[in-house]
Amino acid sequence: MSSELIGIAVIFGVTVLLAIPLGRYLATVYRGDKSWSDFLAPLERLLFRIGGIDAGRGMTWQQHMVALLTINLVWFLFAMLILCTQGVLPLNPDGNPSMSPDLAFNTAISFLVNCNLQHYSGESGLTYLSQMVGIMFLQFVTAATGMVACVVVFNALRNRTTDKLGNFYVYFVRSITRVLLPLSLIVGLILVFQGTPMTFAGKQALITMQGDTTAVSRGPAAAMIAIKELGTNGGGFFGANSAHPLENPTYLTNMVENIALVLIPIALVFALGHYLRRRRLSYTVFGVMTAGFLMLLAPTVYYEMQGNPAIAQMGADMNLGAMEGKEIRLGTAASAYWGITNTIISCGSVNSMHDSHMPISGMSEMLGMMTNAFYGGVGVGFLNFFVFVIIAVFISGLMVGRTPEFLGKKIEAREMKIAIIVALLHPLMILAGTAMAAHLLVSNPTEYAGWLANPGYHGFSEMLYEYTSAAANNGSGFEGLGDNTPWWNISTGVVLLLSRYLPIIGPVAIAGILASKKYTPESAGTLRVDTATFGLMVFFVIWIIAALAFFPALALGPLAEHFSLY
Amino acid sequence: MKNNLVSAFRLTLALLVLCCVVYPAIVWGAAQLAPGQGQGVQVSHQGRVVGFDNVGQKFDRPEYFNTRPSAVDYRADGSGGSNKGPTNPQYLAEVNTRVAAFLQQNPNVKSGQVPVELVTASGSGLDPHLSPAGAYAQVERVARLRGLPAARVKALVAAHVQEPIFVMLGPSKVNVLQLNLALDSLSRK
Repeated sequence: MSSELIGIAVIFGVTVLLAIPLGRYLATVYRGDKSWSDFLAPLERLLFRIGGIDAGRGMTWQQHMVALLTINLVWFLFAMLILCTQGVLPLNPDGNPSMSPDLAFNTAISFLVNCNLQHYSGESGLTYLSQMVGIMFLQFVTAATGMVACVVVFNALRNRTTDKLGNFYVYFVRSITRVLLPLSLIVGLILVFQGTPMTFAGKQALITMQGDTTAVSRGPAAAMIAIKELGTNGGGFFGANSAHPLENPTYLTNMVENIALVLIPIALVFALGHYLRRRRLSYTVFGVMTAGFLMLLAPTVYYEMQGNPAIAQMGADMNLGAMEGKEIRLGTAASAYWGITNTIISCGSVNSMHDSHMPISGMSEMLGMMTNAFYGGVGVGFLNFFVFVIIAVFISGLMVGRTPEFLGKKIEAREMKIAIIVALLHPLMILAGTAMAAHLLVSNPTEYAGWLANPGYHGFSEMLYEYTSAAANNGSGFEGLGDNTPWWNISTGVVLLLSRYLPIIGPVAIAGILASKKYTPESAGTLRVDTATFGLMVFFVIWIIAALAFFPALALGPLAEHFSLY
Repeated sequence: MKNNLVSAFRLTLALLVLCCVVYPAIVWGAAQLAPGQGQGVQVSHQGRVVGFDNVGQKFDRPEYFNTRPSAVDYRADGSGGSNKGPTNPQYLAEVNTRVAAFLQQNPNVKSGQVPVELVTASGSGLDPHLSPAGAYAQVERVARLRGLPAARVKALVAAHVQEPIFVMLGPSKVNVLQLNLALDSLSRK
């Protein structure tokens, strides 16, 4: 029992210890300073030459966004093509069919926005080719896209007045060659030696010891699982994601995968301090994020390790905790830790089934996605946090009667409008989506009877979770929801798109506008943003804006369920 | 815009080669040195493959140590959990039936001591393990049905308990396939 708690403490400790030097390294890479990885420069020059890219050209924030959206469009068309024709393409030893257009649309969008709402199951829904060239490719490039947006904001916050914020393609290519690929190799090799398959052989039929016939799915899984975690995409090779004993074979792989997915988001926070030469600022940010994380983690670990009181009453020994949907080799503590880290960070891989978690755990996971700023997905997590910082600066400025300033730049009406639109988009997407789905279900219960796997409050939670997951670009689900229908494929697809690009464009625009403003050196009259007081302020802004907006919905779902159980 | 489109297209092709050919090829190459050559570690018994070390299989016959309930009936060309919520009445009734069935099959186990993993389905539906308590609770039944002394079967379980990794991280567990293989050889002696 206690070895499970020590296990998660070690996972978190190692993550932070690795993130600190990685943060310094990231700052070096994006500043273009000398580093040990300069031996990759010729490879990068080759990529620029193939792409016809002038690496020295500085871009404005608008040019960055045009480049970003253009390349994203190319990836979308490419992914649609692969998914709709996979059945006749090579590397399909199990003979899986092509996807229906609405499912392909949802899948392509989902991975394009670095999410993994998988309305299919990997074993039967994809071929090895589409796993590698479709899904895994997007796991690399969309993670890099998020990192670029984050670095553009870093760049804009330096003490100077400019409209040139670096080159999109340089940031993008370096994110892949110097960060994502090397780290993926390390993780991939660990997985392979722990027993994760990396093979092009199809599923193997066999007769079990007691004489049943079965077949075991395999595939080129290890390479993909490494980047699925590091890029915080979360899309699993197998249907059960990291609960699957081949995708996550041991407690050690569980630790490695869990560390991998939290690593870059935390490292980017430290990178901020090195990049701007404002170390204290990154400690404040890290402190706020960690406080939010621990507040969600503690109740989840507690309730999962306690187990389901309704099952205890029947005469089961609850020593192991709530084991429905969990694996013995991972245990309840590591499953709870994974559940929270994967929802605060918009990764969305699972090592246990969230639908079967205790109500308060399910609520904490939803809150992780509703706030979406405690560490957050690679790159985009910091962007969300940045929006809350801008709002907090504005409110603090009004409270003390000074012009709101952030790092020497005035925050004015235009930036505030953008920040508020981005901050309110998130609850709008989630609550409007859930309301529409709930309305459809109630007005025609027989037509949509297949949607919900559970009755009552929990059924409502399943719908709420799905839109929360889509809006946070998370991708995990209360998987009991029968979500491979045109309604869910299309509506969540639209939510995914809006909730990816507006929260990227908004903060980058704010940063771009700030960068072009006059820089006023800090003085005694400046609002300090690297103090505990300001950290507390941001913390409350996040809870008030992001969490309270959802309170009524949470009361109808997980809270009501909790009080019906205890 | 047009320049961006051309760059985007060509860069995408180049990165496809790097991320989807070169990178997986390196991992695949390393896999050839790994246990099971990257095809999954297979377990053979009497000259035929009876399963994969990591992938759980169905054991529901009473003379074997039973594996956990599975939402996919241990068909390993798929995977998944039950996705039943903690207050679903239909689900709770099902668990209640499992508890009663376990108590009936294992009369030595008292109510309140039924190992929870044996009445709940795993996340993957392919869980290869039991907790040590989950295996010990079945010792009496297995020993009785096989005509073996309970102490020997208990010792067999004890020999198969895998402690937390690095002594202190994570849960203890028992691989059910390995345990049942050893059990079969013990019976034959």
